[in-house]
Amino acid sequence: MFGNILIWFVIIPILMMAGLGFCRNSSMNAIRAVMTIGSTALMVLGIWLCVDFLSLRSAGDTSEMLYLGSWMWYAPLNIHLAVGVDGISVLMLLLSCVIVFAGTFASWKINPLPKNFFLWFCLLSTGVFGFFISIDMFTMFMFYEVALIPMYLLIGVWGTGRKEYSAMKLTLMLMGGSAFLMLGLLGIFWHSAPDLANCTWNILEISHNSSIDPSWQRLLFCFTFVGFGVLGAMFPFHTWSPDGHACAPTAVSMLHAGVLMKLGGYGCFRIAIFLLPQAANELAWIFIVLTGISIVYGAFSACVQTDLKYINAYSSVSHCGMVLFAILMLNTTAMTGAILQMLSHGLMTALFFALIGMIYGRTHTRDIRQMGGLMKIMPYLGVCYMIAGFASLGLPGLSGFVAEMTIFFGSFQDADTFHRVFVIAATCSIVITAVYILRVVGKLLLGPVQDEHHLALTDATWFERLSTVTLILCIAGIGCFPNWINETIQHSFSPIIAAIQGAAL
Amino acid sequence: MDYSQFGIMLPELIVLGIFLVVFFMDTFGGEGVKKILTPFTAVLFLLGTVAIWLAPSSPEGIFGGMYVNDTACKAMKCILNIGVFLVLLQSFKWADSEEMSLRKGEFYELLLVTLFGMYLMVSARHFLLFIIGLESASLPIAAMVAFDKYRYESHEAGIKYILTAVFSSAILMMGLSFVYAFSMGSLYFSDLSLAIVEGEMSGLLIFALAFVMAGIGFKLSLVPFHLWTADVYQGAPTPVTSYLSVVSKGSAAFAFFIIFTQCFGQVYSDAWEWMLYALIILTITVGNLFALRQKNMKRFMAFSSVSQAGYIMLGIIAANALGLASLMFYIIVYVVSNLGAFAVIQTIEDNTGRLNMDDYNGLHKTNPWLSVAMTLAMFSLAGIPPFAGFFSKILIFTSVCSTNSMALYMLVLVALINTVISLYYYLCVVKAMWISNAEPMIGEFKSTCVAKVGLGLCLIGILFFGLVSPIYEWLVNSVELSLWQPLALLGL
Repeated sequence: MFGNILIWFVIIPILMMAGLGFCRNSSMNAIRAVMTIGSTALMVLGIWLCVDFLSLRSAGDTSEMLYLGSWMWYAPLNIHLAVGVDGISVLMLLLSCVIVFAGTFASWKINPLPKNFFLWFCLLSTGVFGFFISIDMFTMFMFYEVALIPMYLLIGVWGTGRKEYSAMKLTLMLMGGSAFLMLGLLGIFWHSAPDLANCTWNILEISHNSSIDPSWQRLLFCFTFVGFGVLGAMFPFHTWSPDGHACAPTAVSMLHAGVLMKLGGYGCFRIAIFLLPQAANELAWIFIVLTGISIVYGAFSACVQTDLKYINAYSSVSHCGMVLFAILMLNTTAMTGAILQMLSHGLMTALFFALIGMIYGRTHTRDIRQMGGLMKIMPYLGVCYMIAGFASLGLPGLSGFVAEMTIFFGSFQDADTFHRVFVIAATCSIVITAVYILRVVGKLLLGPVQDEHHLALTDATWFERLSTVTLILCIAGIGCFPNWINETIQHSFSPIIAAIQGAAL
Repeated sequence: MDYSQFGIMLPELIVLGIFLVVFFMDTFGGEGVKKILTPFTAVLFLLGTVAIWLAPSSPEGIFGGMYVNDTACKAMKCILNIGVFLVLLQSFKWADSEEMSLRKGEFYELLLVTLFGMYLMVSARHFLLFIIGLESASLPIAAMVAFDKYRYESHEAGIKYILTAVFSSAILMMGLSFVYAFSMGSLYFSDLSLAIVEGEMSGLLIFALAFVMAGIGFKLSLVPFHLWTADVYQGAPTPVTSYLSVVSKGSAAFAFFIIFTQCFGQVYSDAWEWMLYALIILTITVGNLFALRQKNMKRFMAFSSVSQAGYIMLGIIAANALGLASLMFYIIVYVVSNLGAFAVIQTIEDNTGRLNMDDYNGLHKTNPWLSVAMTLAMFSLAGIPPFAGFFSKILIFTSVCSTNSMALYMLVLVALINTVISLYYYLCVVKAMWISNAEPMIGEFKSTCVAKVGLGLCLIGILFFGLVSPIYEWLVNSVELSLWQPLALLGL
């Protein structure tokens, strides 16, 4: 079991938790040491997995999933601890490693109770990593919920503003979503085989011999898509996102917007569409409408906000809506774009939230009306903020451009009026994005200094620089060399597209 | 008479033996003996539990088929014993207090007698034996509830409990008289099952079913038979409350399953599936809605346990082997989670006398370990992974869905939505302990060693019962090895 490299993505965070268990709240250095070693180890593991995966692929291994492993857990119900990754999950794992690494350094000076903070932080990352490596629906759902619950305490204890309200709202909404999701998964499980004794939770097995009745498929598709869609901030279930993100501490916003919201998109893709292809063909239009609204509505909402975190949270609603929107187009190009957008949005939002945390830590306000001319005072943070902004509005050379271009090219392939109208509407969001990004950049970074006290503020410290540089390098890496991502995921779509086309016939 | 049949009854005899030892020590022992009575009972009981675990079981009925002790019954008894042992550990400090010094023996004796009754409820295959078990399991509890004789609430709770207990027994007896008429003068479970030809309904049978369901529903505090619960839970001494909430409830759930599948199994879909369906929705929802606004921790736990009873009932409506195994697993997990929460409540009450949720504000500043324990217990009750409560909930939902019926699938939807509501109030406790900024009301204190052991055992259960699958597999095996047949095995 321990010979499988994927298991270590879960074991390392657990070891980190064990290590933190031995630290005291007062010994900050020990806590930092554990976190640094652990997150670096995860980063190394992630890169190594990626390199190994690519070399296996280039050696001609075209099987659907690699590093498969399966261990019996609850025998009477055929529950396994089953792991395996394709190109998409490899990239998601790598993204999570990067964000955990950057998040550790962004919360270098967390206060109070640093030990408890990092314990919950590690539990959250255990859930995230576990989710991406699982191919058994039961363990996948378990890890999904493991990732959700630490948010309550992380926001409630270490957050700012109306933290009790936001934490409760976020937790209850996400748990409500997961209730529907659980129901959907139970339905898929009991319909995965004609006789009850052979039912399976394994995604690959279900996709190979799926025989779910069409009327059940429609019901289950709605349950699972809504369940994951809540976490993907799909309209009208997105309202937890602005409040939750605004009140969360920096590292939690980063991890949540950067990785956790991707669980939603990934889940819709891997379970709702892959396992229920016929319903996906029939019912995609409902969710195209909803995600289309998310995209435009999120962008418009971001335009009128004055709190930096709210702006970014609404922009996340818009960008994550684009992920789901592209997935629902059910063709390879758009789906490639969706994966690129997940990576791009994850990195860029994490960067945004990290920078907002750093700025807020200095100016003690997030209201853009009370700040100005920060570029002169803290040029390093200012430049980073600009880079993040440009990535968000899709400047060529940064990740946002590649992702959005691919999505819109792919989405335009569907030639009927319905799809065309919605794609054109979604494309307009690029312009709205430019409006709110440029408005913030102009107000915040340029222009006269609004507050005399800000003149005495310092620029970024070494750990803040480390955190931001990591993220910026990744954003530019995707923007300049998108092809290696294409290579990583090229074999991953064929089974899904085949399932969809098979069902359409 | 063949006395070897008593060998099969070993679990009952062991409990009876422990009862007699405690009784004689309490009656004839001097001061010194009374001092060691508390730890002595706990150790003796632990040994007894191990003996019951190792005792042989037989799928055949004895005493003319009145009594059965098969693997499933044995597993149920072991589960009840785990609960009782944890309650014994929790009650140490309370039992050693000044006013209890002369009466603690009585407490243990009453407790053991009720446990004996619960064993009979589980093992009975004849309604007469079942009634004997039920009565000896409920009447002494009234005395236990009224044990704090200088507290007004305790008296009130005792009266309330005995009135409802007698009333519910009367209703049950009424139902049994209908059963007696229906099965042509026999009270054997098997005879009744034979008398009911599948699909043939009569008014008499419906009445019998409804009365029996209501009678046992009182014990389980299903809505609308739950009205006594909050007052009794609040008034009773805390160890008795925890005993009521897990052990008494668990035994009633087992008996409910056995009676309804064994006697009325033939008319499952014609008659009682729909009754139970409505009861479950009511129980889960009403329990949750009332729990939302409770301020007193014991009342809070009372309504939470009402709603948990609804989830337990899901295993019964599944009415197959998987359902029974999941129900038993649910109860094991419920035992450790609920007793974990009660252990914290008890420790805080013993040391500071405080019982309100507001008093828990800022608890993590003064008693971090107690807050961690309470948080884990709340998460487990709410069904959050990786704690045991998550697994027990999911397994019971899975077993309900295994019936492949759309109606039950929608029932699971109701239950799942209710878990979200319940999460709100469980998180309120967590919020009070960790997030609230108010000044801590509860000062620092050191809890006793035994209380720590009791709480520690609960935490081990909460952390590992879900992750370690052999427990569930053992339960499934023991259900499948037993001869009496849940519905699915009858081919329904």
